[in-house]
Amino acid sequence: MSTETTKKFNIDTVANAEKTPDTELPWAGLGLKQNEFDDILKVLGRRPTGAELAMYSVMWSEHCSYKSSKNHLRQFGEKVTPEMKKDMLVGIGENAGVTNLGDGWAVTFKIESHNSPSFVEPYQGAATGIGGIVRDIISMGARPVAVMDPLRFGAIDHPDTARVMHGAVAGIGGYGNSLGLPNIGGEMVFDAVYQGNPLVNALAVGVMRHEDIRLANASGKGNKVVLFGARTGGDGIGGASVLASESFDDTKPSKRPAVQVGDPFAEKVLIECCLELFKGSLVEGIQDLGAAGISCATSELASNGDGGMAVELTSVLLRDPTLTPGEILMSESQERMMAVVTPENVAAFEAVMDKWAVEYAWLGEVTDSGRLIITWEGEVIVDVDPRTVAHDGPVYDRPFARPDWQDAVQADLFTGSVQDAGRPAAPAQLAAAVTELVASPNMCSKAWITNQYDRYVGGNTAMAFPDDAGVVRVDEESGLGVALATDANGRYTYLDPYHGAQLALAEAYRNVATSGAVPMAVSDCLNFGSPEDPDVMWQLAEAIRGLSDACMVLGIPVTGGNVSLYNQTGTTPIHPSPVVAVLGKLDDVARRTPSGWREDGQAIYLLGTTAVELDGSEWANMRGHLGGLPPKVDLDAERALGEILINASRDGMVDSAHDLSEGGLAAALVESSLRYGVGARIALQDVMDRDGVDLFTALFSETQGRAVVGVPRSEEVRFTDMCTARGFAHTRIGVVDADSGTLAINGVDELALDALREAHEGTLPKYFG
Amino acid sequence: MPRIVVDVMPKPEILDPQGKAIVGALPRLGFTSFSSVRQGKRFELTVDGEVTEEILAQARDAAATLLSNPVIEDVVNVEVVEA
Amino acid sequence: MTELPLIGEAVAVAAVPRLAGARIGVVTFPGTLDDRDAARAVRLAGGTAVPLWHADTALGDVDAVVIPGGFSYGDYLRAGAIARFAPLMSKIIDAANSDAKLPVLGICNGFQILTESHLLPGSMIKNDHLKFLCRDQVLRVENSNTAWTLDYQAGQEITVPLKNQDGQYLADEKTLDALEAENRVVFRYVGFNPNGSRRDIAGISNAAGNVVGLMPHPEHAVETGFGPESLDGIGGADTDGLGFFTSVLTKIVGGDK
Repeated sequence: MSTETTKKFNIDTVANAEKTPDTELPWAGLGLKQNEFDDILKVLGRRPTGAELAMYSVMWSEHCSYKSSKNHLRQFGEKVTPEMKKDMLVGIGENAGVTNLGDGWAVTFKIESHNSPSFVEPYQGAATGIGGIVRDIISMGARPVAVMDPLRFGAIDHPDTARVMHGAVAGIGGYGNSLGLPNIGGEMVFDAVYQGNPLVNALAVGVMRHEDIRLANASGKGNKVVLFGARTGGDGIGGASVLASESFDDTKPSKRPAVQVGDPFAEKVLIECCLELFKGSLVEGIQDLGAAGISCATSELASNGDGGMAVELTSVLLRDPTLTPGEILMSESQERMMAVVTPENVAAFEAVMDKWAVEYAWLGEVTDSGRLIITWEGEVIVDVDPRTVAHDGPVYDRPFARPDWQDAVQADLFTGSVQDAGRPAAPAQLAAAVTELVASPNMCSKAWITNQYDRYVGGNTAMAFPDDAGVVRVDEESGLGVALATDANGRYTYLDPYHGAQLALAEAYRNVATSGAVPMAVSDCLNFGSPEDPDVMWQLAEAIRGLSDACMVLGIPVTGGNVSLYNQTGTTPIHPSPVVAVLGKLDDVARRTPSGWREDGQAIYLLGTTAVELDGSEWANMRGHLGGLPPKVDLDAERALGEILINASRDGMVDSAHDLSEGGLAAALVESSLRYGVGARIALQDVMDRDGVDLFTALFSETQGRAVVGVPRSEEVRFTDMCTARGFAHTRIGVVDADSGTLAINGVDELALDALREAHEGTLPKYFG
Repeated sequence: MPRIVVDVMPKPEILDPQGKAIVGALPRLGFTSFSSVRQGKRFELTVDGEVTEEILAQARDAAATLLSNPVIEDVVNVEVVEA
Repeated sequence: MTELPLIGEAVAVAAVPRLAGARIGVVTFPGTLDDRDAARAVRLAGGTAVPLWHADTALGDVDAVVIPGGFSYGDYLRAGAIARFAPLMSKIIDAANSDAKLPVLGICNGFQILTESHLLPGSMIKNDHLKFLCRDQVLRVENSNTAWTLDYQAGQEITVPLKNQDGQYLADEKTLDALEAENRVVFRYVGFNPNGSRRDIAGISNAAGNVVGLMPHPEHAVETGFGPESLDGIGGADTDGLGFFTSVLTKIVGGDK
């Protein structure tokens, strides 16, 4: 193909740097602060070369170094009990954590953000977000088996929302569908706070045999370092440091980076090619290239290994021959991997590359110098201790303080507010309210989105949207599988960051348990505003403290994740949005519990008690109110509910289960009815009497720790005995009515399922075509 | 009726997966003389009546705003073709 | 390539010795996605799945071939346009046209490859609504005499998943009339035409009936609990697609009806 000879640049070598200590360097333009540049001078004992400056600037960016959050994130590693460690095979710090599934199987999963790129170019931003997280999973030695996409966009009726929506959904579909990975769930939230800062998070999960676990390290002197996959171009140069580290500012178009364009076909080939490498045990260490590209891959591989690394940069295959060494080091071209291969495996490695027609270049080898040396035509342009690049970046103790407005927000209760006036009470009003709720932007059917994703490919999808969790089979012999759910509620977290983050975890945990799976591990994507704003920093600190405390109570560890900061427009940050993913295990996916009831005459039970908790609710949101305190967190109750749902699934005591969250009981009843188009007759008097709430509250309150289950008549005694023995509140609220075609709730005008479906499914097509 | 032809190409520095896949396939079919392929788009805008400077300017405007995505594509040609 | 990269081992199926001797090749191109699913379907039907690699220059001793779905070569030029020139494809084309009339099934991208190969007439363009669409689709089996539909009844309605971007079947009126006249429209969409295909056509065959192509995915409807949704749950629409694979196996072992 291209036969360009190496371009001649004015190469800034280490020798030159030593001779010219006073050369002015554009460190500020690369996003570095004065103190950070001073640190680089101290670490090197001289001025950095241009290439070194490029490396440090991207690796010390917020995006790569977690410099603002590191001090707080430590809690995820510290607040860990032996119970939480027992199934953790690889913890935080690697590309993704690994959890033991039993029978020799392991699972790895991680959630990441691709927020800013998805605002600039929604299609490519969302597409490359999938590509990046999938490569993280491959680099652990796993076969990726599913993806999920939690999305948060601006107001549904804002013209720019359609641009982001169409682009991002098409990008996720266009890229994800081409990889052969089923998309099994996610979220879609509309809120004006995300107008200029849409959140596009992506989760991938992969499975492997224990012996196939791979780590990103370069060990063994003389082993070869190879870069393979796509060629290196000018994609996203500076994206890592500039884009994610500073808020996006319309007035400075010069800061718009080159957009990374994804090539899903290249990624699919890369997946198969890597799996063949793993199968033949042909790589010692492997690392995907994401943010900060070769800078990140070389410095992380070298610093996690037992020696050093020497790399000749002119060996890198280029798409754009005009790239300078610094640009090559920073390029974020997609679909690339770096691996360490023993000399005896070189030929076998090349045979796999040739079979899949994947380009590769041998860049250098592992040394015992303890240094990362990068040369350009033999001249040394980088000579650093790789740890100083990859791990010893700056760490900030950013000031944080409870915002002075927080008290006023929390005192502004919905109940009794102006917006609460005219609360529905009459049967016709309540019926209209239920219909309005399930047609509202956040509660409406997301089928318009998920029907653009392939949920079948692979043949192992046992459950997907719109059920509470996505379920994928791992072992075809035994039926062993995993369940996954992601959740976040920015409004709850805005009202109370500590408890709001815990509520996100509680809901994801509940969703996984509702499907019948035993929750095992957590991955989180912390989307917040600027850490330089003490209010935002307090939200972040509180959310991390809340999450790590809650993980201890629930007994499940955080195994990985990502922090996305500077999600703000001007000085207005997004709602703090910790998106929490929980992974669970099912011994046999055939036992999973779907969210809808099917069989006529089955008893419907409400588990848990209901309090007056409308602050921050979807109903309050629909009425334009945001204030008060979010629903109370009771993690012991969540755990007890989870155990009931898991046991009931395992022992065949329930045929359907749906958790109560946003939209409360009203949303759950409608969703369980519409799931299979089967109606029900419901009476809530017992709940209202026991809990002392009115019908509206019983339907719309968002009290946590609740679920609705469908119980076969033959199992009713066994099921209620179990709940009684565990002291968990349970009330029979109705029966499945297969022939009526209606959802009949005492005190609410009858709701025809056809009309409910039209309302529920019509919203997204109405806005997005 | 005259038409205005608009050609849009991926920006030179932007990866063009389509072109890459095609350039890989060509030699397998014996077409060995081509070292690179980039795949673009051609739009034909039909005009009722004469193409005035103003209409041409409108076409250029449409090409830059709607027909191309300026983040990743360039409008490389806007020309009038008589039917 | 010695085996398909499966998750876990093959599903244990009660062996049907008579059928297990039948060898069904499953082709993998770079970018093929549903090869493992097609191989699983063959096994669940009782046959032996034989992986075939696009660069292979011989078909081996397979008795039939499935060209599964996916995005071969990214579908970047046109769906199926590059895959059609793979070395293995010329062998498949020859075998399909030979007197032995090798049974060939093209699913989704496989159908597109078959039309690009001119084994089947017409072509596929982007869905009329321009979006990728994944849904459980009802089909009517119009012709139960092809190699791949013997185990169905003509007029039978089945539900299998549909998932594609370029699924709108297109041919000129003369070709469409000829297809109808020769009873070569094998499947039609029922209730909802998901992509604007002419005359609701979901799948067609060649004149001899050994080559069949369709856009929907029968290989995703072969196992209870992993196929399309059905109210009945177990034994419902979940396994409507299995008949494709039992049909060809029956034909191969000589159980022509």
